[in-house]
Amino acid sequence: MPESVSLLGPSLGLSAILFTLGVAGVLLRRNAIVLFVCIELMLNAVNLSFVALAQLHGASGQLMVFFVMTVAAAEAAVGLAIILAIFRHKQTVDLQNINLLKG
Amino acid sequence: MTFTPLVWLAVALPLAGFLVNGALALGRPRAKGAVSVVGTGVLLGAFAVSLGVFVELLRTPPHAPLVLSLWSWIPAGRLEVDFAFQVDQLSAVMLLVVTGVGSLIHLFSVGYMREDPGYARYFAYLNLFIVFMLVLVLGASFPVMFIGWEGVGLCSYLLIGFWFTEKANADAGKKAFIMNRIGDFGFLVAMFFLYRAFGTLDFAEVMVRAPSTLEVGGAAVTAITLFLFLGCTGKSAQIPLYTWLPDAMAGPTPVSALIHAATMVTAGVYLVARTNVLFAMAPVSSTIVAGIGALTALFAATIGLKQYDIKKVLAYSTVSQLGYMFLGVGTAVYVSGMFHLVTHAFFKALLFLGSGSVIHAMHHAYHATHAHEDAQDMRNMGGLKRYMPVTFWLMLIATLAIAGIPPFSGFFSKDEILAAAFARGADTPVYYLFYAMGAAAAFLTAFYMARLMALTFLGENRTGERERAHLHEAPGIMTGPLVVLGVLSAIGGVLNLPAFAGGSHLLDHWLEPVTAAASRFVRVEMPHGPAELFLVGGAVAIGAIGLLLGFRATLGRRTLPAREAPADSGLGLVLNRKYYVDELYDAVIVRPTVWLSRVILWRGVDQGVVDGAAVNGTAKLSQGLGWLGSRLQTGQVGVYVVLFLVGALWVLRAVIR
Amino acid sequence: MVHAVFYFFAACAVVTAALCILSRNAVSAVLWLVTTMLSLAAIYVLLNAQFVAAIQVLVYAGAVMVLFLFVIMLLNLGTARSDLRGPSAVAATIVIAGLLLVELAALWRYTPRRLAAEVAQSPALSDPATLFVAGELARQETQARGVVGGVAAPLFQLYLVPFEITSILLLAAIVGAVVLAKRRI
Repeated sequence: MPESVSLLGPSLGLSAILFTLGVAGVLLRRNAIVLFVCIELMLNAVNLSFVALAQLHGASGQLMVFFVMTVAAAEAAVGLAIILAIFRHKQTVDLQNINLLKG
Repeated sequence: MTFTPLVWLAVALPLAGFLVNGALALGRPRAKGAVSVVGTGVLLGAFAVSLGVFVELLRTPPHAPLVLSLWSWIPAGRLEVDFAFQVDQLSAVMLLVVTGVGSLIHLFSVGYMREDPGYARYFAYLNLFIVFMLVLVLGASFPVMFIGWEGVGLCSYLLIGFWFTEKANADAGKKAFIMNRIGDFGFLVAMFFLYRAFGTLDFAEVMVRAPSTLEVGGAAVTAITLFLFLGCTGKSAQIPLYTWLPDAMAGPTPVSALIHAATMVTAGVYLVARTNVLFAMAPVSSTIVAGIGALTALFAATIGLKQYDIKKVLAYSTVSQLGYMFLGVGTAVYVSGMFHLVTHAFFKALLFLGSGSVIHAMHHAYHATHAHEDAQDMRNMGGLKRYMPVTFWLMLIATLAIAGIPPFSGFFSKDEILAAAFARGADTPVYYLFYAMGAAAAFLTAFYMARLMALTFLGENRTGERERAHLHEAPGIMTGPLVVLGVLSAIGGVLNLPAFAGGSHLLDHWLEPVTAAASRFVRVEMPHGPAELFLVGGAVAIGAIGLLLGFRATLGRRTLPAREAPADSGLGLVLNRKYYVDELYDAVIVRPTVWLSRVILWRGVDQGVVDGAAVNGTAKLSQGLGWLGSRLQTGQVGVYVVLFLVGALWVLRAVIR
Repeated sequence: MVHAVFYFFAACAVVTAALCILSRNAVSAVLWLVTTMLSLAAIYVLLNAQFVAAIQVLVYAGAVMVLFLFVIMLLNLGTARSDLRGPSAVAATIVIAGLLLVELAALWRYTPRRLAAEVAQSPALSDPATLFVAGELARQETQARGVVGGVAAPLFQLYLVPFEITSILLLAAIVGAVVLAKRRI
């Protein structure tokens, strides 16, 4: 087994830290687009853990990353389109002011 | 026994009459001819059936009651109650009285109620009453009798409040019904105790098993009999539940005659006679029955002395005479009690119907002159003997009967009861007191009846110049029944003539199979020889002196018509206001109950607890919980994300462990 | 050696991620994220996933983040005063993020041996070398067919259906994005 396998632990740890940072960002930020950016950070963290484990479980891990990226791209596109549409209506992307679902 | 199974016809005929008359009342209320024929016809048919049953029983007297079960009514576990009729000597007596006197009163009503717009409704209710009364009398078990008991209460309410457009009449009907209900509670509790002791509620079984199942003088039998007697005080207007009967005079006079003199109010006496074994086994209860009877007799007689409404006098007289009947059955001379029941039915019905004739005439007179005087106030009458001779003579016969003057019927029955009370005094001294009360009541009875006759028929006529021309005797259809009742009041004594008068105690022998069981527990040694003659003489003397003094006192004084008469004062006022008992009941019972109902139960419980807390409260609670839930829906993504993450953390924690 | 490089890029990734979530300007946030992604790409290379690293740089950092930048420019947002939510949010963040970190930090301890011990059916089979054959097979594939070939075979054989579905997903996303973003439908 190559030396990179011994990076498994640290990689997973790094993935945990990045994920937590992403969660913190989602909780802290008000701007919708920056929120999205933090979500992308979380996705990246998950990708890292997939890749780390791919060393043990084969190419499936890397292919998961592939699909995650694809879906992330699609989601980013649609999400940003929604933000655009909301911005046209409310002239703001501040999430605290967008509460049309209140009830 | 080929006729007796048809005894149900006696009930079915008046029931059919009720249905037909009821339908006519709703559909064609002016078909008076049809109503009269149907209404009286079914009664006469029922009387014929009763006669047939009686004759058959005469020929072959049964030793045990004949029970005819019509259908299985309550098959509930161990309790089996059939809707069954019981034919024995006692129920035969009651059958004849109810249907016989009932027929006469129906005939009288045809004339009396002729001009009333509610004619058909009246006969429908009257027929229904007969149905229930017969069910009461023929019932073979306590529940069936209770159906009749309640039913006559209902019909009494309907008939008392017959002219319900006047609030006073409707109130009188309500009062009668509600006071009866208090008594009915006693009846029900007694039934519960009976079921617990016997496991059955059939008369035949209870009476046969009572001596072996219950302890003589024990708590169980005393409780049962006392609660039964509570029912009797309600239905038969004894102290303390008597105040409804004078108010019941608000109904038509034939109703007063039938229901509140001859039949319904005697149901209590019948009940005690029917359950004589139980009462004989409970000496405490029997003494209470006799005591209350005697007290009521005296109490009501004193009130009757100062009443001016002719029907009220007769009402208090009825309460008083019922007291005598209870004195009789309490003293364990059940036959004498029943004897007085029968004779009282004759002369009291006669008195009421006679007063009905008088009131009928007075109404006509005032109606013709458009005056608004009270047609029932005796102070407006006087000297009516000239205008209504038939009514006068017949009512005189009844007066002599009720005062206890031989050879009229009332003398024999009343004398027996008083003699028995005196005889029981030997072993239970309190009965001497009862005897004294009974004797005093007899004196007062004679006095107020004489006063009634004097005020109504004798002396100067006070009705008014113009009205006098319109006073006339009642039509034949009304006087006919009066004559029949007059004859019966006169010769009714033959039913149970005592030895000293050359008789052979027919009723005693007839009812012996019914009272035999009770006589094992209580024997009343009727006085013979000199003691008997002394008592008889005393009774006659009391009656005669009472009558004489009554006539003298009333005629000796000048009476003014009601509108001019001075108000009473002192003792007279207290008597006239019936010792203020009604006011006392109102203050002590009615007002607190109404207050309780209105304030506590209605505003407190119903509006506050049920409406407020339970119904609205649950709604408010749901609303509150919903509001709490809605606080989560802020519409802000940030909040949702937080909640999402909290949930995710939770799941993570669960998985990682 | 490998470890040193790894830790260097790991540090880069963490620092730039922190700067990303804390920067006030939206554009800054995006750019810091790009830096994070590049650091991660380097780590991917270290972890023997060269193809994924390339894809990360080309697609993720190159296309998706550029899309973000386009939208930010389109919205013309400018610099906000303070973009952070109130103190209650900060408190909630500290609590939740703290808990999350504590939960996930346990992952640092995982060596292949430990993972094998946890995953194996019985203790006898808990040798990572024998348990995790797939990884070794993948390495051999890569050596035989090259980096791209090692990934392509499973992609077009085992994961063909998901692959086709993602193409439909992308089509839906395109249509959706276009419709939502139009001024007038």
